[in-house]
Amino acid sequence: MIWWKHNISFRSAQIDTLTIWLLRGGAGIAAALVLLILLFLAVESWPALRHISPERFLTDPSWNPGEGMYNLAPMVSGTLYAAGGALLLATPLGIISALFIAYYASPRSGVIYQRLVELLAGIPSVVYGFWGLITLVPLINQLHPPGASLLAGILILALMILPTIALTAHAALLAVPGEYLRGAAALGLSRWGMIRGVALPTAKTGIVAGIMLAAGRAIGETMAVLMVAGNVVQHATSLFDPVRTLTANIALEMAYAMNDHRAALFVSGLTLMLLVITLSGVAEWLVRNRHA
Amino acid sequence: MRTLSATQYVMFAAALLLGFGWSQPSHTASQKLILTGASTIAPLAGELARRFESFHPGTRVDVQTGGSARGINDARKGTADIGMVSRALKPEEKDLHAYTIALDGVGIILHASNRIDSLSKPQVIGIYTGQIVNWKAIGGRDATITVVNKAEGRSTLELFLNYLKLKNSDIKPHAIIGDNSQGIKTVAGNPNAIGYVSIGTAEYEIRHGTPIKLLPLDGIAASVGNVRNGIFPLSRPLNLVTRGVSKGLARDFIEFARSEYVHDLVEAQYFIPVSAD
Amino acid sequence: MPETSVKSAHACRDRLAELVVYFVAFLVCAAFVWITGDLVRGGMAHLSWDFFVDSPRNAGRAGGIGSILVSTALILLVALMVALPLGWTVAALLAEYMPASGSFGYTVRHSLQVLAGVPSIIFGLFGNAFFSIYLGMGFSILSGGLTLACMLLPILVSTAEAGLHAVPDAYRQSAAALGMSRTATLVHLLLPVAAPALAAGLLLGIGRAMAETAALLFTSGYVDRMPGSLLDSGRTLAIHIFDLSMNVPGGDAPAHASALVLIIVLLLINMVAMRLTTGWQHRKITS
Repeated sequence: MIWWKHNISFRSAQIDTLTIWLLRGGAGIAAALVLLILLFLAVESWPALRHISPERFLTDPSWNPGEGMYNLAPMVSGTLYAAGGALLLATPLGIISALFIAYYASPRSGVIYQRLVELLAGIPSVVYGFWGLITLVPLINQLHPPGASLLAGILILALMILPTIALTAHAALLAVPGEYLRGAAALGLSRWGMIRGVALPTAKTGIVAGIMLAAGRAIGETMAVLMVAGNVVQHATSLFDPVRTLTANIALEMAYAMNDHRAALFVSGLTLMLLVITLSGVAEWLVRNRHA
Repeated sequence: MRTLSATQYVMFAAALLLGFGWSQPSHTASQKLILTGASTIAPLAGELARRFESFHPGTRVDVQTGGSARGINDARKGTADIGMVSRALKPEEKDLHAYTIALDGVGIILHASNRIDSLSKPQVIGIYTGQIVNWKAIGGRDATITVVNKAEGRSTLELFLNYLKLKNSDIKPHAIIGDNSQGIKTVAGNPNAIGYVSIGTAEYEIRHGTPIKLLPLDGIAASVGNVRNGIFPLSRPLNLVTRGVSKGLARDFIEFARSEYVHDLVEAQYFIPVSAD
Repeated sequence: MPETSVKSAHACRDRLAELVVYFVAFLVCAAFVWITGDLVRGGMAHLSWDFFVDSPRNAGRAGGIGSILVSTALILLVALMVALPLGWTVAALLAEYMPASGSFGYTVRHSLQVLAGVPSIIFGLFGNAFFSIYLGMGFSILSGGLTLACMLLPILVSTAEAGLHAVPDAYRQSAAALGMSRTATLVHLLLPVAAPALAAGLLLGIGRAMAETAALLFTSGYVDRMPGSLLDSGRTLAIHIFDLSMNVPGGDAPAHASALVLIIVLLLINMVAMRLTTGWQHRKITS
């Protein structure tokens, strides 16, 4: 700081108050953003909510905006099946990966594997969708047409959320106090016994928080499912049926939806946002309360 | 690493604002045209735009797809200067003016390796409503049929439904696609798929080596010649629509699109050029 | 004897667990190799100097990605110019000026957390309704950049806040002892020291922005020509990959190549960010 020509210590107290107000203003904008988003979603959904009663969104015969039918249920089920299936697949794989890095791998291979998982986390969803389209879908097509299906969606989503679960679980495992592990070793527990009996229970909160994060990501994923899941509006009766998720629905139809159709899409967007907010709220409550 | 000092940041912000200001003039109506609408017309419109820009330096024509319904809506609201609509206007759309720039047809496509060479109308209806599920029921190989349908708002869908006298809720699709080219790509990638797209787009792709083939409808071959003769059952005009009579740059573009300067472009996309009247 | 049988049962279970763990790790590595292998094999041949400089022709089947790279850079620029000052401002506020339990700080933190979880397509809807239609920007780079700025805010804030927290209190106390105002401490002392963390956060934000597709579909549009101004529509690399793979028959080869380019750029960004983070953590431990 000696190289500054002028006095940098800003002796005036006014500068400090000015700064505080500037910072508060900036933070206010950031906080207001969420409200702004909710506001605009609500405003744009209003035309539909005005003359389509809420239960019609679940009980209309189908989703056919051209004929005035706005049943969102098949797409909600599509989202839940795809996200649920992906979570079922990715959670054990992710946790086991974290165990690998933390307890089983040699330090060097652990670091390499961790970098690998971080790289997997960095691959854009579009690239996953592209790979799914050119490799996975034809593969499934040979098994059971048409290929673009719920199974493809689940596999790609699982690939995408696995790094999230693995990395957060790993961070949670690292936070297990060393004394616990040393105590377990002193008691003569085997490695798996120590993991199952000591490490995992202690890290449970962090792991569950990671799973909730991954769930939010899976529900909100658009591009990859749009490209590989087939986009047919129906309740899936088998893994090989094509489905359409809420997010893919918005992406597919937004470009040319008008009036009520467009408002109905905003309604589905609002639902999605509320779902994700609830999920993150639950995760946060879990993290806070477990410390009791 | 030093963070930006206040003066440097102010200079940066000023540069950004200047850039923003510089960008304003090019948004005035006399120099920029926005076209939105049918994905069938979009490639042709893109080529027309390129040639138009080379004849009229300083202009910029942007083309976006979104379906014919969007073209109508955007033209009406003024979001776009010109709407692209791949069908004739309906009675309730008479507040818009339509200018036909080409003729096209809608044909059924199969993968090139499919043994079937023609389908009767009842067979097509059976396939699309899910009553016929396997190619071998109509003489093809033993494989499940993958039905490809277009998303709502596309005029190709409306024309197809009209021809089969079906509603969209009757159709049991296995895959839903948006643009014509997406439909072609889906069928080209799946030997057991069936779909329907614009004939011009399909012909273009076939000439460029994509493994699909067009089926005749009602016994009439789906060729450009038959659409030109008017005997193909599913032909349609490709229209540019404007709110009110077109004026200014929009009118220049539309006249350009209907002139003889661009007949080669229209034919290169395998549409049929119309003579301006 | 019961002890040895229990012990051998445990040893068996341990063996099994070990096998499962190694198998899963192998599976994940295999998936990674498969994906990157496919991309490299499909895209390597298509890469060339012309590919980086030319504009796409024939809907992207021929030509290159030059204009697309320009559009991507412009959208990134707009997003960062808006998100950086805002984000670092909020981070400075949260780290330095807010007590941990105050309600304003809590609200800000909480809403940023919500923002971080909002799906990208919702940002696309919001951007379309607010920037493109309400503010009248239409399909433009400006609209897309502003939408991205909203998405980047949480990442920038959290990384910058962590970086500022990591600066030891001794710095702040010495500055106070010297009589420096809090603003001066922040601007001339804390921010430069936390700079590597801020830079790492910046790079992570860039990485996230480049991977983004859904938020830009309805805000910056699809046009693949060289943009003439910020109000022109332009497509990013991610959208180009999307369009080529879904809509363009015969577009697989350039899609492979574009995906390869995108991944390599993201890889470089991640590596640099990682270097900066470890360097900064190293400094924190040793200072």
